[in-house]
Amino acid sequence: MNNLLNKKVSVLDLIRNNSVPLMFILICAIFIPLSGFSGSYLLNEIMTRLGRNAFLILSLLIPIMAGMGLNFGMTLGAMAGEIGLILVADWQIWGIPGLILAAIISIPISILLGLMCGKLLNRAKGREMITSYIISFFVNGLYQLVVLYMMGPIIPIAHNTLKLPRGYGIRNTVSLLPMRQSIDNALAIYVGGVKIPVLTLIIIALACLFIIWFRKTKLGQDMRAVGQDMEVARDAGINVERTRIISMVISTVFAGFGMIIYLQNLGNFPTYSAHTNVGMFCIAALLVGGASVEKASIGNVFLGVILFHTMFIVAPSAGTKIAGDSMIGEYFRVFVSYAVITVALVMYEAKKRKSQSLMGQMLAQAQKDEEGKAE
Amino acid sequence: MENKNAPLLEMRNIKKGFFGNQVLTDINFTLNEGEVLGLVGENGAGKSTLMKILFGMDVIRETGGYEGDILINGEKVEFATPFDALKAGIGMVHQEFSLIPGFTATENILLNREPKKKNVISEVFGDRMDTLDYKEMDERAKRAIEKMGVEIDAKMVISSMPVGHKQFTEIARELSKENLKLLILDEPTAVLTEKEAEALLDSIRGMAARGIAVIFITHRLHEILTVCDKVVIMRDGYVVKDTPAKETDVTDITKWMVGRSVSANVSQDIKINPDARTIMSIRKLWVDMPGEIVRNVNLDIKEGEILGIGGLAGQGKLGIPNGIMGLYEAGGTVEFDGKPIALNSPRKCLDASLAFVSEDRRGVGLLLDESLEWNVAFPAMQIHNKFLKKCLFFTWRDEKAIHDVTQKYIDELQIKCTSSLQKARELSGGNQQKVCLAKAFALEPRFLFVSEPTRGIDVGAKALVLEALKKFNRESGITVVMISSELEELRMTCDRIAIVSGGRIAGILPADHSSEEFGMLMVSQVK
Amino acid sequence: MGKQITTSLGNKTRFRQLVDSFGLPRIIITGFLLLLFISAPIVGADFATQLTNTINRFSWNAVLVLAMVPMIHSGCGLNFGLPLGIVSGLLGATLSIELGFTGAMSFVMAIVISTPFALLFGGGYGWLLNKIKGGEMMIATYVGFSAVSFMCMMWLLLPYHSPTMVWGFAGTGLRTVISLEGFYDQLLANFLKIDLSSIGINLVIPTGSLLVFALLALAMWAFLHTKTGTAMTAVGSNPAFAKAAGINVDKMRLISVIMSTWLGAVGILIYEQGFGFIQLYMGPFWMALPAVSAILIGGASVNKASIPNVIIGTFLFQGIVTMTPTVMNSAFHMDMSEVIRVIVSQGMILYALTRKTEGGR
Repeated sequence: MNNLLNKKVSVLDLIRNNSVPLMFILICAIFIPLSGFSGSYLLNEIMTRLGRNAFLILSLLIPIMAGMGLNFGMTLGAMAGEIGLILVADWQIWGIPGLILAAIISIPISILLGLMCGKLLNRAKGREMITSYIISFFVNGLYQLVVLYMMGPIIPIAHNTLKLPRGYGIRNTVSLLPMRQSIDNALAIYVGGVKIPVLTLIIIALACLFIIWFRKTKLGQDMRAVGQDMEVARDAGINVERTRIISMVISTVFAGFGMIIYLQNLGNFPTYSAHTNVGMFCIAALLVGGASVEKASIGNVFLGVILFHTMFIVAPSAGTKIAGDSMIGEYFRVFVSYAVITVALVMYEAKKRKSQSLMGQMLAQAQKDEEGKAE
Repeated sequence: MENKNAPLLEMRNIKKGFFGNQVLTDINFTLNEGEVLGLVGENGAGKSTLMKILFGMDVIRETGGYEGDILINGEKVEFATPFDALKAGIGMVHQEFSLIPGFTATENILLNREPKKKNVISEVFGDRMDTLDYKEMDERAKRAIEKMGVEIDAKMVISSMPVGHKQFTEIARELSKENLKLLILDEPTAVLTEKEAEALLDSIRGMAARGIAVIFITHRLHEILTVCDKVVIMRDGYVVKDTPAKETDVTDITKWMVGRSVSANVSQDIKINPDARTIMSIRKLWVDMPGEIVRNVNLDIKEGEILGIGGLAGQGKLGIPNGIMGLYEAGGTVEFDGKPIALNSPRKCLDASLAFVSEDRRGVGLLLDESLEWNVAFPAMQIHNKFLKKCLFFTWRDEKAIHDVTQKYIDELQIKCTSSLQKARELSGGNQQKVCLAKAFALEPRFLFVSEPTRGIDVGAKALVLEALKKFNRESGITVVMISSELEELRMTCDRIAIVSGGRIAGILPADHSSEEFGMLMVSQVK
Repeated sequence: MGKQITTSLGNKTRFRQLVDSFGLPRIIITGFLLLLFISAPIVGADFATQLTNTINRFSWNAVLVLAMVPMIHSGCGLNFGLPLGIVSGLLGATLSIELGFTGAMSFVMAIVISTPFALLFGGGYGWLLNKIKGGEMMIATYVGFSAVSFMCMMWLLLPYHSPTMVWGFAGTGLRTVISLEGFYDQLLANFLKIDLSSIGINLVIPTGSLLVFALLALAMWAFLHTKTGTAMTAVGSNPAFAKAAGINVDKMRLISVIMSTWLGAVGILIYEQGFGFIQLYMGPFWMALPAVSAILIGGASVNKASIPNVIIGTFLFQGIVTMTPTVMNSAFHMDMSEVIRVIVSQGMILYALTRKTEGGR
């Protein structure tokens, strides 16, 4: 009897703890038949998006480990990656060598931005997320300054196809056509009509291995300690500020690489807006995968990519079926992305304040027990 | 240079002052290898300060350092940071846990001292990229736990451990340091069950047998007698007694702890009126105030008296007013003037004409960033609609009335400030306390709780504050309950004193009873 | 000699005090705006036109900035959830037109209809913020986003029929931009308008809009001097103190959030009457950030704000927004205004969030 009750409770707990992924499975289960897409089309799309997004989302894991929450500042890395790509596109170094060069260019920029972000966040402990969110807007301004005004007069840009007609600044779209999907196609195999970008997956796997290995290093251990209790970590002699900055730097560099992989898949990018929503969609996907503000695993990343992007693919056509308007579906998926982040943030903040009244109940109970004994 | 015959630790003429307050005077004692020293004294006797000096804590340096010498193995040492102290082989287990909740015991024991393995990447990026050697970690944690002699699960995550095991993890962490020579335990048994406490005492003996010296701070005197080789008793910043544990007993220790050579300053005009009616009666009160838990308190307060509530820190005396006034979760029944008072609702208490001056002056007592006028007038305005005026359909703040009442209390309580518009943050501690009193007086209460009214303020201000309280009671007949850690202060001011111990009322005595009697009550049920 | 040294020292500390109290970024921004005003005539831009533009934009935005004040006072931080109030205002605006009101009546009814929505949304929003004390700002941001994107669906689905508002070809679903001509376009601005162009100065002052703002600002000032307003400020200053003084902290915060939301609703209606259009769908999405940075530029911090902060901040912010394009264009033939606006406004928010002296929150 008691056992049965316990089991029931644990099933309930399981549902409660995984409510977000479960809700998404439900949404997908309703939308997939409505959308009318074939299985192979869906699989193909999901595979493409997995290859495109997984690396970017992996970059969010390390700041979560260091207790800095969801890194809305990953946009900084994305911008660094874009600058790298603009430059190699101008130098016309295409294919995989071009992408590697872009990655190399992005590293110092990412490190610099990551350092700045980390330093600022150390001044805003306890409100890292809103601060990193604002930093991403601020740096977006700096990015525009560089790309729109300094590329041309200060940073030499040779090809007019990249430049705006006025002679400086980059056009609204940068074409990466000669290197489109060069990683994805390198070792691609087709299984039942589904294209599997093997090299991309290998790179993602390497990133996962890096994160697993990193958790076992001294630095990784320090980050976990700092993430859970800064004061205790400091008392034990860990340099808290430095550790937090390093976590931001690693995350930013990773996001830069992730953005390059993301954009080589797309083949071109809108110069001034490619990065603006990247952070939001990556964070939403991670949360859909069952992560929270203080805990996220590699499993969350993959589950999140699959569920979130399935919803993303099927929502417009399902929306057409339900309401007769494809825009409904488009707005629906945007709404869901925001709502998921909102719910995750609310759950995280509310949990911080929960366990308080428990102690009082315990005291009242202890007193009752005592009185019982006295009688 | 190491002197074989010198004691492991010697303190010579240690002196320390905080902002002109002498808190330690001429502390001398020695401690040999493998010896266990019990350090006892009331709160504020200077134990913690002394240990902070020994451990090289930042507070000491920031407040001007100390005088005198600390010698380890006959050599003079001066620790700039706790890390220097650690290097010299001194370990300390603080009262508050310093553990990472999501880590296992092993990870916590070896926090930031993890054994590491080199790899390719760490050769390039430095040793923070070394991987952890989990096998060696398990091994070392196991050894440390063995040394302690108490079984704990090294693989268990701290957050799911019982409190006692957390404490043992802390101790094991100190023991895992190979060069540990001296271990300071600050009230380690406060959070333990009786069984766990016994296990800890055993393990202290075990450590001593291995040649580690231990300084053991506790309020549980019988523990001192069972485990210590010698006892050092402190009072008011002096070492009043340094004796082998065998030659003393609980009664003697208590006497030394609380006894004053001059007891002339006991309240001269104690008024105990047995016929006075009970104005507040508290039954079965429990309060969940972290660190000051109250259990099953029954207490009757007579109209017009000044009742003192005393006791050692952490025993629950602060929980009583905070619980009744609704600032922390509480249960039980409280009747005021024959009518029950709703708990957990500050508003209801204030409506019933109770008032409270909190011990947490800066956190609860004041609006630090607002003017004195706001601080003084705010509760009275909100509760009794004072200092308001009607004009054009709205009820406005009556700035003039607010100014007048603030000015009145500034004069009456001699609050030192540039004007009534000065920000509360800019005042000294004593003057801030007076503002808190003014705030309570402005409410014109029928019953006043004052919690730790003299904490952290200088001698002159202390006398003024106590005098103001006494005057307030004697002139207007308002019942005052004063909670204080300082027994002498209570004896100077109050009519009766209740002593709280282990969250309960241990006893109530008229203020003219001897310090020793109160002292015995204080340690009677210490948990 | 010695005296000289002390005076120069005194000057130095006085300058430091000024920097400390006013904040370096604020001084830079004020200096920048002054520079713009001075250089405007030099580069050939008409000073009076510039001033007119600035005042005009001030009149559109000031109430939205004023909406920040109650929540800052009660300690809920910067109201990044302003879009929620804006959405209430949009509901009022569209419903008022749908119900067939025109002219001045349409404006009054828009306010009347948006009020219950603002109370409802603000109430729910305040309840949520009370559950998550300390993490308000991030959640507020996302509550705002969620509300806007949810309403995007609603604008399509709700059964609006008024031909001035729905898509012509489909007959359903609201347009992204709705013209207010014939409704309340320039309604307030034209009231007692002062137009000096007849005497050769290109200065136009939208007196009515400014008067409405003044009225609302005065009401806010008055509220902060009442018993409840005092309690609200105390809650923001030290919630523990307020609780000990018998204040229902959650209730005060709730009131402040509802006030902020309602002011957001009224603010967007005033904005629309100046702008001449209703912007639906993603229009309200980014409207919180300019309002937040404006009040911060005006000297507010995360937990202290006053009416002068609102006035100075809106003027400085809108001044920069309107002046930089013209001045920069005339001077360098380079329109960097957008970039400068982004860097200035986000930099200001960042500065406020990372100030060490701001305490725990």
